[in-house]
Amino acid sequence: MADAIPTPLDAGPVQEAKRRVRSKRGPLAYTLRVVVIAYLFFLVVWPVSVVVQRAFAPVDGKPGGIGPLWERLTDPAAIYAFNLTLTVSFWAVVINTIFGVGISILLVRHRFPGRRVLSVLIDLPMSVSPVVVGLALVLTYSTSLGIFGDVLQATGLRIINSTPGLIMATAFVSLPLVIREVIPVLEEVGDDAETAAKSLGANGWQAFWRITLPTIKWAVVYGVVLSAARAIGEYGAVRIVSRGAEFNGETATLLIQNEYGAFNEAAAYAAAFVLVVLAVLALVVITVIRPQESHRS
Amino acid sequence: MSIEIEGVNKFFGDFAALTDINLTIPTGQLTALLGPSGGGKSTLLRVIAGLEEADTGRVTIEGNDATSLPVQKRNVGFVFQHYAAFKHLSVRRNIAFGLEIRKRPKAEVNAKVEELLELVHLTQWGDRKPAQLSGGQRQRMALARALAIEPSVLLLDEPFGALDAKVRKELRDWLRRLHDEVHVTTVFVTHDQEEALEVADQIVVINDGKIEQIGTPDDLYDRPASEFVLSFLGPVTRLGGDLIRPHDIEISRYEQASTAAGPITRWTRVGFEVRLEITPDDALHPEPVQVALTRTEARALDLNLGDRVWLRPAVGAQSVISG
Repeated sequence: MADAIPTPLDAGPVQEAKRRVRSKRGPLAYTLRVVVIAYLFFLVVWPVSVVVQRAFAPVDGKPGGIGPLWERLTDPAAIYAFNLTLTVSFWAVVINTIFGVGISILLVRHRFPGRRVLSVLIDLPMSVSPVVVGLALVLTYSTSLGIFGDVLQATGLRIINSTPGLIMATAFVSLPLVIREVIPVLEEVGDDAETAAKSLGANGWQAFWRITLPTIKWAVVYGVVLSAARAIGEYGAVRIVSRGAEFNGETATLLIQNEYGAFNEAAAYAAAFVLVVLAVLALVVITVIRPQESHRS
Repeated sequence: MSIEIEGVNKFFGDFAALTDINLTIPTGQLTALLGPSGGGKSTLLRVIAGLEEADTGRVTIEGNDATSLPVQKRNVGFVFQHYAAFKHLSVRRNIAFGLEIRKRPKAEVNAKVEELLELVHLTQWGDRKPAQLSGGQRQRMALARALAIEPSVLLLDEPFGALDAKVRKELRDWLRRLHDEVHVTTVFVTHDQEEALEVADQIVVINDGKIEQIGTPDDLYDRPASEFVLSFLGPVTRLGGDLIRPHDIEISRYEQASTAAGPITRWTRVGFEVRLEITPDDALHPEPVQVALTRTEARALDLNLGDRVWLRPAVGAQSVISG
């Protein structure tokens, strides 16, 4: 931070000009920088690093380090929880990708009554609290309270307190992420290439697979990564629709809450550490994809 | 007859994009749809291609009623102003696209692609991506791609509109030569009268969704059916109440039987051409008359700003009496 205003001894005309521009807003830029860095440090970096540090720290006289961390993570309850989280996230992401791409094409390439309403509706999951989403799903699909309760009871299909309910809740909250990535790209490239493909004899399906999909590929990948990160970290909606007990609908986030509440903090930190690692991985993937996306055009 | 268009009407909401269009486009010729922006020429082209559906009327391509055929089934080659390149495919794969869709044998596809690459002078660029080509090269690739399916008609929508003036001129000459070689019935849309006059066998002038005139470039230039056609195909000026082209005016320094007389009030030189403005003494037609002549002619007549000159229509000049 000390080198915010460089003062090279042999400043040429260009460097001189550059320095003048910088020094003009020097004190303000310097202050802003410090404020932003401090803000991010106290809000994000420090708390997260404490979690990581605790995951490796000795607890209750037991030694810390990688070995004990691994032991806590390979505990059957933890394995069950991560398995469930991955299963639920996987299906939620698959569903959202297929519907997301479909809805994006519908919204960008077609004009129909109610299009704007649909566009607004897609953003709803972003603004509604996940807890409310969970409650809504329970009220609709639970066998005792739900509107379809009797039907579901009759067919023996359980949604609430079961994996399908978890998938639905997770899909609901991460619904807009793929769509919001794909729509701008579709709008930017226009439909000339698709029309050209059709004039060359391609049917709608061929034009989609051969032309549209390769064009929006990176936007889809980007949306999938964002959805996956969101799905893995989902807590509120999942809390409501799941029993959340050990080996019975306990996802990774629920496990953290449960273990933390049960004074088994070591296990909570260990699971939290894994979630942090997954989040960082997602960030890395996104950073790698970004430049490619802008190079495309 | 290659393309027959009968009684076509097309509305966008309340806006009449095309009104009662009847047109025959002859086989093997290069036809230009010429007109100002928003005049309906692109809409007509898209109706022929099947990208827009006419509200009423019939489109017949090579004797088959194509009115309700989708674009995939019409066997037309379409070239877009902005190339519509498949950015993720190489030039070769772009050209091969239509043949791959038709599931032609690989050897046949490859042979055809090589032949077309040669035709559009892109052989050494075959493995490049469209982004690595210049605008002119991209448009040649788009043409090869459209020709690959051996279309019964080739449709070009402002094909050179996105290119700079020099490349546009080159591609125009090249398109004319290509057409003389390939002889596919071609329709292209343009708002550039020079492009239409230079390249086309037949020009269809379209304005406000209606056909103003159909004819050869000479017909249109020399015998314009309306004031609109006259003024759209090149510069016009008014000499004693008649519309006339500025270079069809005879200018003299000596008193003679003339339509107008007056001093030279403006002198502009553009390259080889000299453009004069003469303000007539005539009280009935006091607005300035534009006259164009070559620099050599101007020098031979020893004309200077402020000189008094006498003007009359050149022998054989075409003029339209303004209504």
